[in-house]
Amino acid sequence: MLSNKIQDVFSEPGCSKNQGKSEKERKKGCTRALQPGGAAGGCAFDGAKIALQPITDVAHLVHGPIACEGNSWDNRGSRSSGSQLWRTGFTTDITELDVVYGGEKHLFRSIREILEKYDPPAVFVYQTCVPAMVGDDIEAVCKAASQKFGKPVIPVNSPGFVGAKNLGNKLAGEALLDYVIGTEEPEHSTPYDINIIGEYNLSGELWQVKPLLDHLGIRITCCISGDARYHDVAQSHRARAAMMVCSKSMINIARKMEERYSIPFFEGSFYGISDTSESLRQISRLLVGRGAAAELLERTEALIAREEARVWERIGEYTPRLRGKRVLLFTGGVKSWSVVSALQEAGMIVVGTSVKKSTSEDKEKIKEIMGQDAHMIDDMTPREMFSLFRDARADILLSGGRSQFAALKNLMPWVDINQERHHAFNGYEGMVELVRQIDLSLHNPMWQIVRKPAPWDLREVS
Amino acid sequence: MALVLRSQKSCTVNPLKMSQPIGGALAFLGIDRCMPMLHGSQGCTAFGLVLFQRHFNEGIPMQTTAMSEVATVMGGLDNIGSAILNIQQRTQPALIGICSTGVTETKGDDVDGYLKNFRAQHPELDSLALVYVSTPDFRGAFQDGWSSACASMVGTLVQGDAWTGAGSRRINVLAGSHLTPADLDEIRDMCAAFGLGATVFPDISGSLDGHVPEEFTPNSLGGTPLEAIAGMGGAELTIALGEQMRPAADALARKTGQAYVLFDRVLGLEATDQLLDCLSRVSGRPVPAKYRRQRSQLVDAMLDAHFFFGGKKIAVGAEPDLLWELGNWVHEMGAVLQTAITTTDSPLLSRIPCAEVLLGDLEDLESGSANCDLLLTHSHGRQASGRLGIPLHRIGIPIFDRLGAAHRGILGYRGAMGLTFDIANLLAGSETENTPASWPLPAESPDACAPAALAE
Ligand code: SF4
Repeated sequence: MLSNKIQDVFSEPGCSKNQGKSEKERKKGCTRALQPGGAAGGCAFDGAKIALQPITDVAHLVHGPIACEGNSWDNRGSRSSGSQLWRTGFTTDITELDVVYGGEKHLFRSIREILEKYDPPAVFVYQTCVPAMVGDDIEAVCKAASQKFGKPVIPVNSPGFVGAKNLGNKLAGEALLDYVIGTEEPEHSTPYDINIIGEYNLSGELWQVKPLLDHLGIRITCCISGDARYHDVAQSHRARAAMMVCSKSMINIARKMEERYSIPFFEGSFYGISDTSESLRQISRLLVGRGAAAELLERTEALIAREEARVWERIGEYTPRLRGKRVLLFTGGVKSWSVVSALQEAGMIVVGTSVKKSTSEDKEKIKEIMGQDAHMIDDMTPREMFSLFRDARADILLSGGRSQFAALKNLMPWVDINQERHHAFNGYEGMVELVRQIDLSLHNPMWQIVRKPAPWDLREVS
Repeated sequence: MALVLRSQKSCTVNPLKMSQPIGGALAFLGIDRCMPMLHGSQGCTAFGLVLFQRHFNEGIPMQTTAMSEVATVMGGLDNIGSAILNIQQRTQPALIGICSTGVTETKGDDVDGYLKNFRAQHPELDSLALVYVSTPDFRGAFQDGWSSACASMVGTLVQGDAWTGAGSRRINVLAGSHLTPADLDEIRDMCAAFGLGATVFPDISGSLDGHVPEEFTPNSLGGTPLEAIAGMGGAELTIALGEQMRPAADALARKTGQAYVLFDRVLGLEATDQLLDCLSRVSGRPVPAKYRRQRSQLVDAMLDAHFFFGGKKIAVGAEPDLLWELGNWVHEMGAVLQTAITTTDSPLLSRIPCAEVLLGDLEDLESGSANCDLLLTHSHGRQASGRLGIPLHRIGIPIFDRLGAAHRGILGYRGAMGLTFDIANLLAGSETENTPASWPLPAESPDACAPAALAE
């Protein structure tokens, strides 16, 4: 039952936010009740799709009216090193007939067409609101299709109206746990195999980190789900250790894989220099604990020392140009403090940062790094952001795409650091890239030109 | 004359189509100080918002009634009321434009009835205009949503008395969703050149043309003012651009007796001639010299460009009104409309110069384009273009991987000239050069003429 699943996800014991809640609070879940006429965020279906679509070689089939897929397909920034099938938009595009008579047969025929034409290793079927209301049982249809065609057909039961993106991420995780992970055995495995969970390879950012792991001889059995292949996910239960990328969006996968397959995990991030180093250390530690040779630890330290020196030196080159520049950091999902230190190292002053999705530990950490009087911004409307920008006298805004116009229309430099960004900011390379982008943006001569009023405006004022 | 077919596939692959509610919402975005709102779950709005944000490169105001699972079962009418109150308090728009979605249409909420009650209970909101339009996701397409929203607005907002806004001689221009902000600016300029003030409705050129506003505003800024809509009955004539505007033009005619002329084409030499001739007759003024000059520039462009078009095979994927424009134009330039894919029904489809018009998707476009020279569709054609190695000219909505969509148009001599050059350049760029192997003889040529045979 979907409602049981949702309850299960809400009471996730691995979630540190949950640990502080009473039984009753937990039941209510993490999603605040939405206010009609309050701004809209992505739905649970969106969240599920974000989480699973990076699996590159499967067909992602959306069962619903054209709104859910037609308005949104091929708009997510993951990258694939192989198959491009994940970018193909499959949908049942249901009509009134399906609404009246049910769309299960339509769905079944669609699965067959996909298997015949594209022959993917699996089909993922996403439930959406309308067929959920009509009562289409996608689990039953997927089961029947799997049996009939001998290929895995995976139901992802996360219709939009059950909640926000975040819940959809977790329901997607449940689908992998229930139907994919552990269903195949790998040909061989080594004590150096890890899973990375909750990393979507946006702009190819996984590849900023992979060379470090390659260099240490550590194999990524599976990244869930950035640049993943179906069989990797199915075999991911044989990894020796796992890293859960901080966002908490897939904590349920990490924790349940530990429970079921004894794969120890830690929460880490490749966002920021010290975080990257710490994550590499943790990975090595966990692997050594599970049978890798102890010398891995030394090699890891040596690599960290070498790469940190290299990255600080490269960032240092920007210091003369960036010293004293005032940054407003508005990140949403990611832990902002992990970037703060890199910005400070380049000589910049972080005048404010968002704490919307940060935990209380995060907030403490921010205070520690930025000092007591750092602006901490919880949530704000574009209008508020507009004025904060002026008041804090920031030189540049780093934020997600949604708030870009607050900066740009105010003739202020802006660098995109959230989901749909065009640049990759992971690992040591990523921090250099971030600082480089800030430098490029701040010192673009265009700003001087666009800020000048037209000559007649000047005349009219005087 | 085309055979109109419907795809027989169960699974849509690489959709060309977008949904009705966001078509409706975009029409509302063309009204000044408006807040469009989808009556549905929040995700539908979020997708629409991101789509328009990426197409126009603008912040987009758009709201949701935030239907939860429980609300969809119990009926979500109360959500509409609380959303209206909430929006009114936060952003004070002049109009809230409400579009239904698949979620609320499945349940079958009686929104009109509810709004009547709501009005009665909230006299303090009398100055806030509310327009509701039914736009189920599981029927029709983007263009239909735009069309219905316009008709609903005319039905609700037009009043008897004439608008005395700017200038006395006015005409109404009802604009379809296939027109860009650049097109709307062009038609407005044309009208002005004949001394006619134009009420362009809806007017996304005011609100979504990428200008930098002085102040932050939470609602649409620019667009057709409500007073102008209210007074559309006082215009000398109504010009409807695009077959999709017929319902709105009919509604206006019924309500005010306003006569209308419908132009299903605005692209091309003849289409522009007709448009200008109409304005000239209404205004009683001759066609200004600048348009005579532009006309001869377009003629010259067509002369220069026709070499590149002749015999080229072109595949178009677009909504009916845009497909009608592009298909005819491509044909007029000497190219062959090889494949025509569209999203929804229209009386124009059977008259498109093509063997077949298919209500289908971009997979259909791709499979019908293997031997084509050019694809004309929105940004989602990029995958097909890459796989087939055929150039793509992006046109329609969404265009999210190229800049300036709002500033490129098809209307008027200049619009046609721009498109003519863009396409001719793409075709010129992909012409293959001749090689020694370009003209082989048929393989089975009689060997009697070969040197070996002669020597024998
Ligand atoms: S809220 Fe429901 S109907 Fe809307 S996009 Fe999300 S899944 Fe589709």
